[in-house]
Amino acid sequence: MIKLLFSLLTLCTTAQAAETAVAPDTIEARAQGCATCHGPKGEGTANLNFPRIAGKPAGYLFNQMKNFRDGDRSYPPMNYLLAYMHDDYLTEFAQFFAAQSVDMKSSALAPTTIDAAAESLVKTGDPTRGVPACVLCHGKRLTGIEPGIPGLIGLDSRYIAAQLVSWRVGTRRANSPDCMRDIASRLTEAQIRQVAAWLSTQRLVGPPSPANAGSWRTPLPCGSQP
Amino acid sequence: MSRHLRWNAIALLLTTVVAALGARSAENPSTAANVQPAARGMSPGEYLAHVGDCVACHSKHGGVPFAGGFGLPTPFGTLYSPNITPDKATGIGSWTATEFYQMLHTGRSRNGTLLYPAMPFPAYTKVTRADSDEIFQYLKSLKPVRQRNRENELRFPYNNRSLLFGWRALYFTEGTFVPRPELSAELNRGAYLVEGLGHCASCHSPINALGGSGDDSAFAGGLIPMQNWYAPSLTSNIESGLGGWSTPDIASLLKGGASNRGAVYGPMAEVTHNSLQYLAPGDAHAMALYLQSLIQLRPVAAQLVDTSPGSAKVITLGQKVYSGRCASCHRSDGKGMPPAYPPLAGNPSIQMEVSVNPLRMVLNGGYPPQTSDNARPYGMPPFAQVLSDEEVAAVVTFIRESWGNHGSLVTPREANAMRLAPLLD
Repeated sequence: MIKLLFSLLTLCTTAQAAETAVAPDTIEARAQGCATCHGPKGEGTANLNFPRIAGKPAGYLFNQMKNFRDGDRSYPPMNYLLAYMHDDYLTEFAQFFAAQSVDMKSSALAPTTIDAAAESLVKTGDPTRGVPACVLCHGKRLTGIEPGIPGLIGLDSRYIAAQLVSWRVGTRRANSPDCMRDIASRLTEAQIRQVAAWLSTQRLVGPPSPANAGSWRTPLPCGSQP
Repeated sequence: MSRHLRWNAIALLLTTVVAALGARSAENPSTAANVQPAARGMSPGEYLAHVGDCVACHSKHGGVPFAGGFGLPTPFGTLYSPNITPDKATGIGSWTATEFYQMLHTGRSRNGTLLYPAMPFPAYTKVTRADSDEIFQYLKSLKPVRQRNRENELRFPYNNRSLLFGWRALYFTEGTFVPRPELSAELNRGAYLVEGLGHCASCHSPINALGGSGDDSAFAGGLIPMQNWYAPSLTSNIESGLGGWSTPDIASLLKGGASNRGAVYGPMAEVTHNSLQYLAPGDAHAMALYLQSLIQLRPVAAQLVDTSPGSAKVITLGQKVYSGRCASCHRSDGKGMPPAYPPLAGNPSIQMEVSVNPLRMVLNGGYPPQTSDNARPYGMPPFAQVLSDEEVAAVVTFIRESWGNHGSLVTPREANAMRLAPLLD
């Protein structure tokens, strides 16, 4: 039934397009360059190597796009798409995706795993290696905080692990002080695997949106979070 | 490595709105037309340096603009651009305006060294002394940067500069642009910009095994070495279609990056970003007019023929992919929604004999540069991650053969080869 409605809707828009042949003058239409990997509204796709971007803090999304554009975060398809955009337009994209609601239930999550070591790393950190708990910055509910710290729920373990490794090898950089570079460098490879696997199986508690700016004091000076 | 400037730097260096170049002497081809000249808050020299796109090669990623160090990969090895900031020890701080002009004009550095033709002196030789002086004055006004030039890494025998004597004998004709009396003032202005500072022929001409292009093949299109993008012929109406475009459409493409007939992509997006978006409207129009006239000046008598059409099976697969992935923007009739979503029906860049451009568009997608004329560009997503080689080849074949288009079959092997093409040079 939904399929039928969708087809009808598509037919209607096609018929309309045949008359007007003008692209919708919206930021959503302009953002469709992102759709095949991140979903039409940034909700993610079946390919979990590409993260959802809907509902992430606008400041975080802006920082990532800026870093891709300037080469501080290296992923050639993204570096290429954003090469010739200015900050004002990136901000507009960031605000669009940040404003989209995200349905975590639709995320294809692996079954919850029980890994006491990983859970302890997330909730209390590893003082012996100077690693703070993830929750101190990303929040107890792990949904992030405005404007610059992203949520860690609803992401694939391979994506999370790849980001931590990218920080270590320098292909993902952030504004100085780049606290995630320091933290990722202190993790062992086993810890990266564990924490990525554990985070990827966590279910959301409460609304998916990031906490308001200033909801708690983050313990580290971090260039991404003024 | 990209040749585009870092934005922060560009923001400092440039103002964004193009207006007008100061009026100059009438017999000078720089002012041969009613140029409404240059740029609000931009000196004539800065404007001309934009038109020449000096910054693209004379800046490295993350480096200071004009301080050089950009590595240009060529089939002969890597060339590193020199520092052209006015630092006395490592830049051009101790040069004179005459030495600068001699270098542009003759392709020899001031110590007599022959320049490699990665520096487009075969085009810059056409620049007038007055314009050269303006550019020099602008470069001298920049903040000096102490950055030693990096040695080129060229393979034997190309590391021997004396070979350039032979190259120059074959491919270089020294000489300032001479207005052609049979052309209007505006066409002469367009010709001066296209053939001179704009150095369009550097990419839009076939490059042979010696890295040269003969005069008879200028603007005839060519595969850009190392980048795997094809710069279409500007003389063939079939490849560029410029004869069938309106002059405002060509001007919009150059200056704005998008038009009702197509958008810039690949290396041309960088050219619009670094250079052409700063054109005064009168200059953009003059260049467009001259580019159009190339079709008439050098007619290419060729007809597109389907030499090897795709099989019914390939076309069926291509049509299926098109309906699912492309039609929502480019429409089932291939007419698109210009200028946001360019038309594919009758789009020359899809029908060229060399199919690398449409393959790369499907694989990599792309956004045209954000310019003052196209401040919120629409873009195309990449499909490399969701389509197989067979699907990419089939959909490109389908597009090349539908709606009256005439292009030949593209194979999955050709599609696969483009997956590894570099995204940013």
